[in-house]
Amino acid sequence: MNKKGFGSRIVASPYILWAALFVIVPLIFIAYFAFTDPSGAFTFSNIMQIAKYKKAFGLSILYSVIATIITLLISYPMAYFMTKMKVSSQKMIMVIVMLPMWMNFLIRTYSWITILANKGLINTFLTSIGLHPVKLINTPGAVILGMVYDFIPYMILPIYTVMSKIDNSLLEAASDLGSNGFSRLRKVILPLSFPGVISGITMVFVPCVSTFYISQKLGGNKNLLIGDAIEYLFNSGPDFYNVASALSLVLMVMILICLFVMNYFTDSEEATVL
Amino acid sequence: MKILSRIYVALMVFFLYAPVAVMIFFSFNSGESVWVFEGFSASWYADAFTNTEMIEALERTLIVAILSATISTVLGTAAAVGILAFRKKITKNAIMSVTNIPMMNADIVTGVSLMLFFVFIGKILGAYESLGFATVLIAHITFNLPYVILSVMPRLKATDHSLHDAALDLGCTPISAFFKVIIPAIKTSIFTGFIMAFTLSLDDFVISYFTCGHYQTLPILIYNMTKKTVTPDVYALSTIIFIAVFVLLILYNIAGNKSDKKRGVV
Repeated sequence: MNKKGFGSRIVASPYILWAALFVIVPLIFIAYFAFTDPSGAFTFSNIMQIAKYKKAFGLSILYSVIATIITLLISYPMAYFMTKMKVSSQKMIMVIVMLPMWMNFLIRTYSWITILANKGLINTFLTSIGLHPVKLINTPGAVILGMVYDFIPYMILPIYTVMSKIDNSLLEAASDLGSNGFSRLRKVILPLSFPGVISGITMVFVPCVSTFYISQKLGGNKNLLIGDAIEYLFNSGPDFYNVASALSLVLMVMILICLFVMNYFTDSEEATVL
Repeated sequence: MKILSRIYVALMVFFLYAPVAVMIFFSFNSGESVWVFEGFSASWYADAFTNTEMIEALERTLIVAILSATISTVLGTAAAVGILAFRKKITKNAIMSVTNIPMMNADIVTGVSLMLFFVFIGKILGAYESLGFATVLIAHITFNLPYVILSVMPRLKATDHSLHDAALDLGCTPISAFFKVIIPAIKTSIFTGFIMAFTLSLDDFVISYFTCGHYQTLPILIYNMTKKTVTPDVYALSTIIFIAVFVLLILYNIAGNKSDKKRGVV
């Protein structure tokens, strides 16, 4: 098969121009603002000020790691069970899993307040059966729950997609060679679904670590994350753009490192597994 | 084992839909609260349709979604064709890396980077307000483009060259061969790209938040409402949207099952 395309390179030029102007240039702006003061002079003071936000960075990373792990642990069996269903049910359940994603994420998060509030649904239920109400809202747990809930389809879908492509004959071969259900899972399904797990982890971790709505609504004002700090600073006026840009720059570099590490994992794993 | 897996899936569905159920339930509240249920009433549905602020926001959201999805589908399809025509692997990889940036980067970073850029351009042009309809539209096209390109490109790569060559041999100009042979061959993936772009744009909050100025889309309006008090009319409108999307998805799936049995859902 010849490898020439179906058209000329020129048709890509509007897009290339667009990407240069609206993807590359704005990122240069962030870097520029991060290293200058409001008058435009070069400075490291914005980057230095990041130390003030180390608690927010720490909490963001901690909550996101926990949320990503929980999401992975509950999504993996879900994806596995989905592949065991009839094909028609699989399609149905896919629609069911994806449908909440099309609902406004602010409303989805807000609904959790009604469920978790001090006089919310769970606590009303607890008091009605004679138990003491528990504090659920405005806790780190509520923030993590919100993260897990909002981004769980991004974990289920890639794992399911990869798992459903696993050749059934491999599983049969494993059984024929004497492996039981558990070792089949550990030695065949787990390694083969690894790329799906990795892409699920990145697709959940990135929005978690940069969120600024979930923490405000479900975490009260005590659990402010790095996204909240960036949003707050940008809303405080142009004088704060520089520090906010420095925070954004650090967040971006952090995410890039994460993606790089994740990519490294998939590449080396694929090489050893396949 | 089978029963166990059924219970697990049922629990997950319960978890996924608990907040949705709460929303639908409280949209029928006769009281003003989304916390305390006073009695059944459909009056908030009537209110949702007469709330001009909300309807206007919905209209704006739809306008931005339709325009940005259309423009990014055209630009993105052209881009996929053009990128594949590049001979040097380095150039191709460089363009694809840039394409991945808006998809991989945190929304908040994309949003603020565009805002800084737009505010700067606005200053140069001496505009009274630098953020508004145009900037939201540009922002949405920017984050939609990668999804269109990544949807169209694999299909384009897998398309048989001989059909295209045959069309050329039979006297088609390259342009008419493209529209008569290639476009029909990749139309499903173009459509998938369009739908993805449309839904992403419809649902976007973070990037719009930083680039919209006073051009309030529905997610922005909802955000501002959740800062103060939320009344059940928002829930009523969200319920209507939810049901509309549900019906569309079912229809899309039925159509998808008929046209293309091999590919996965959506």
